[in-house]
Amino acid sequence: MVGIVGYGAYVPSFRIKPEEIAKIWGEEGERIKKGLGIQEKSVPALDEDAATMAVEAAKNALKVSGIDAQKIGAVYVGSESHPYAVKPTATMVAEAIGATPNTMAADLEFACKAGSAGIQICMGLVASNMINYGLAIGSDTSQGRPGDALEYTAGAGAAAYLIGREKSQVLAEIEATCSFTTDTPDFWRRQHAEFPTHGGRFTGVPAYFKHVMSATQMLFEKTNTRASDYDYFVFHQPNGKFPLEAAKKLGIDAAKLKQGLMTPVIGNTYSAASLIGLASVLDVAKAGQTILVTSFGSGAGSDSFALRVTDKIENRKKGIPLAHYVAQKEYLCYGLYVKHRRKLKSL
Amino acid sequence: MDESLAITWRRIPERYRLEGSACSKCSSNFFPPRKLCPTCRRKGTISAKTFCGKGKIYSFTEIFSPPGGFELEAPYTIAIVQLEEGPKITAQITAPHGEIKIGDPVEMVFRKIQEDGEEGLIHYGFKFRLVK
Repeated sequence: MVGIVGYGAYVPSFRIKPEEIAKIWGEEGERIKKGLGIQEKSVPALDEDAATMAVEAAKNALKVSGIDAQKIGAVYVGSESHPYAVKPTATMVAEAIGATPNTMAADLEFACKAGSAGIQICMGLVASNMINYGLAIGSDTSQGRPGDALEYTAGAGAAAYLIGREKSQVLAEIEATCSFTTDTPDFWRRQHAEFPTHGGRFTGVPAYFKHVMSATQMLFEKTNTRASDYDYFVFHQPNGKFPLEAAKKLGIDAAKLKQGLMTPVIGNTYSAASLIGLASVLDVAKAGQTILVTSFGSGAGSDSFALRVTDKIENRKKGIPLAHYVAQKEYLCYGLYVKHRRKLKSL
Repeated sequence: MDESLAITWRRIPERYRLEGSACSKCSSNFFPPRKLCPTCRRKGTISAKTFCGKGKIYSFTEIFSPPGGFELEAPYTIAIVQLEEGPKITAQITAPHGEIKIGDPVEMVFRKIQEDGEEGLIHYGFKFRLVK
């Protein structure tokens, strides 16, 4: 039985509203809010980055599991904003949580789905008995070019999942997983470039929708299930609208997406987005309930997971719920936001 | 001047996860770690000890004129934190000066401390945040 034995999320406390950004660029804030389905987005503190947020989320996951960090056999950190181009985030995280030195570690990058790719790798290692526990983290302080549509949504956050196989510890069994992968040029950032470039409308139908829907349908077929068999759905959420549209096309009741749809209040947390959504669902789910998660990473691919919550879900009481971080907030004006994200060259 | 790589590397356990030391004979705890107990001298045995990261504000101040590398963060709060296990350590507090009182409970957080310019090392370590 392979599944989640601990999970934790982290979202920084700073927020900026779309109206505040729209004001600078002469756009209509209300129209953008409605168009993207977003109320505000998270912004990291000056001393936070993908590594520090990954550590916070990992510590929360360890608290829930009650497992000694020395027993972790692999640490994978997925991000598109690793603090270094060369020098792993995973070693810093492993060192900070006390998992070193007897552990595998590596950084992953696959736009917004590097975290879910880490979960699949850990599942394989745990299922093959190569390790007892694997830690997969998605963490991002994503960047949007000033004035670009992404600036309204690119948020910051992290989520960590400790994967194990002991029935007495698994709080959500991962019953199946599959991936849908193609070479699709919808979004990229070249080496040394500060901001990503995207294909505008091209990021929709041929990229997000094709991959999310194909992976989800593939999972339905693989597990011989359909939409009505699941209590919750979590899709990657680049904005507040795409996941709802994907659900509609797949014939999924929008109410089943609500609990896992966090982008409207924290922004798109990239590698952490679908994993934070899953954390939000696990924070309320009951034993026996089923969850379907589909991530999406530009470039492009989607990973789908079918989960069944067990009675060990009560262990979540030992951790810090996502709602705690979502409720703690301090608003920034655009000037301070520029300082926080170091968008001025002279900073 | 940037800190030497060897010093940074040697201090990773204490900076990343509050690893200090303790004397087995008199049970005194030390942070930063000591290699010799000042009371028991050679009669005591020193071993590594990771502190739980919880403590209280013992005293604090606000920095308006920061040293190089901290300009963006000023004004920021520095405090002496008394750890639950006893030792007092100096650290940055993530909350603004006006929100802090002596005696407030705090917990350790892992944060970015300083960067050696655009191409140098990024230094990480402990800061403390208020426990609400």
